[in-house]
Amino acid sequence: MESTIVKSVDYNAYFGDNHVVKNVNIEIPKNNVVAVMGPSGCGKTTFLRGINRMHELIPGATAKGKILLNGEDVMEMHPIFVRLKIGMVFQRPNPFPNLSIYDNVIAGYKLNGIKLPKAEKDRIVEHSLTRVALWKEVKDSLTKKGSFLSGGQQQRLCIARAVAMEPEVLLFDEPTSALDPISTSTVEELFHELKKNYTLIIVTHNMQQAARVSDKTAFFYMGELVEYDNTKKMFTNPSDIRTQNYITGRFS
Amino acid sequence: MDAHIKYRIGKSSAFQIVTILFAAACVVPLLAILYYIISAGISKVDWNFITNVEKPVGEVGGGIAHALVGSMLIILGASVIAIPLGILCGIFLSENKKSRLAYWSRLSVDILQGVPSIVIGIVAYIWIVKPLGYSAISGSIALSIMMLPIIIRSTEETLKMLPDSLREAAFALGVPFHRVILKVIVPCGISGILSGVMLSIARIAGETAPLLFTAFGYQFLSTNMAKPMETLPHLIFKYAITPYKDWQDLAWGASCILLLWVLLLNIFTKLITRRWKVQL
Repeated sequence: MESTIVKSVDYNAYFGDNHVVKNVNIEIPKNNVVAVMGPSGCGKTTFLRGINRMHELIPGATAKGKILLNGEDVMEMHPIFVRLKIGMVFQRPNPFPNLSIYDNVIAGYKLNGIKLPKAEKDRIVEHSLTRVALWKEVKDSLTKKGSFLSGGQQQRLCIARAVAMEPEVLLFDEPTSALDPISTSTVEELFHELKKNYTLIIVTHNMQQAARVSDKTAFFYMGELVEYDNTKKMFTNPSDIRTQNYITGRFS
Repeated sequence: MDAHIKYRIGKSSAFQIVTILFAAACVVPLLAILYYIISAGISKVDWNFITNVEKPVGEVGGGIAHALVGSMLIILGASVIAIPLGILCGIFLSENKKSRLAYWSRLSVDILQGVPSIVIGIVAYIWIVKPLGYSAISGSIALSIMMLPIIIRSTEETLKMLPDSLREAAFALGVPFHRVILKVIVPCGISGILSGVMLSIARIAGETAPLLFTAFGYQFLSTNMAKPMETLPHLIFKYAITPYKDWQDLAWGASCILLLWVLLLNIFTKLITRRWKVQL
């Protein structure tokens, strides 16, 4: 029996008067990879950013409804606490350019002013970088700046940075859309490894990617959650005509 | 057809030559000033000139030590006031681009930048000197008002250039606002902020008008910020308008020192901007 880790109840998000996410109810099971797909402007990214309260950082953005993390409403928690529990990786790799690779990995501790003994920091850095299959590539250049790495390596560094905080859920906002095919496949392989310890929610434009990496897929259209089911079923036998049209490429 | 193309090529090169000439022409005034002041002033500069204070007319070996110390102290005072205020205001403006307060604040900064320095001097005179008397600190306050717009604008412009993804990366790690600013945003923009600070110091180092009715001038070495104090630009002004050759020479020497000081500040600014630049 899978337990639910994230659950949204009648979640609505707005930019000013613009209603971009409409009444979304979804249950995300623990240690699964859930892909969120849909055409541009369907509200999938906004929904994702709602889960860790990043949505409200944009001036004029508001949200209603509940997002439950292990049964607790994140809308009632302090955003800082929420973001420590729910990590996020962005579309474009964004390592901190003023920090070394080493410091980038422990940035969550460093920037929050959490003091750790050197041995503990070393352990976290090695462990996190190993998790994202970057340790071997960078172990001799840990003192170099994060921007020294290639785009794909930078993105894995950003994943390591999120993993280092030991969150429960990891959010990915089109994590491979700025990467080349080889880096993309490396990151996709990571998802399989990462789901052993974390729950992954991945927004993607790329249907093949959703089919390849996810256990469950959600399809958003015009701000609504149209269909949400096991990935296999979504891609072979969707219940909603809109999902079918999207998957068969009749609109995008 | 051929002639037409030749004509167009000719016009193009003529335009290029004109732009090059004008670019070169801009360098001429600076070189002329540098040459004139250094050639007239450098011969007066020696160790005694820097370490002695004012002497009566006719006595040899007068120096500008009191003005050098005074200028440094007054600029230090102005920096202590203007740097934190300016940087904080710049941070606010870059973080709150659209708020009403930011609009009015930005407008005030722009207008402040255009206020003639003598007016700032008069205002400082009315506010501070009238009730409390002439003092170095009143000069610092007048100069700090002149520094503010430069620091605020350069801080704002630098921080605005930083991509939003940087802020988001920090926020997504659960970092609170003040730490995002202090640990990520400011360190990434530090070279721009510092260059604004240095430029504002270079800008006020030679400012005379606001000091005329505030720091006032003094003929002895003094470090008391509550009392009048001599400054380099004021000393130049005072000596240059006297009829005595000795004192006029002192003014040339002091001009030379002031010019070199400002020049070094500018070069130094360029160096730290390059050294501390964060590659995004």
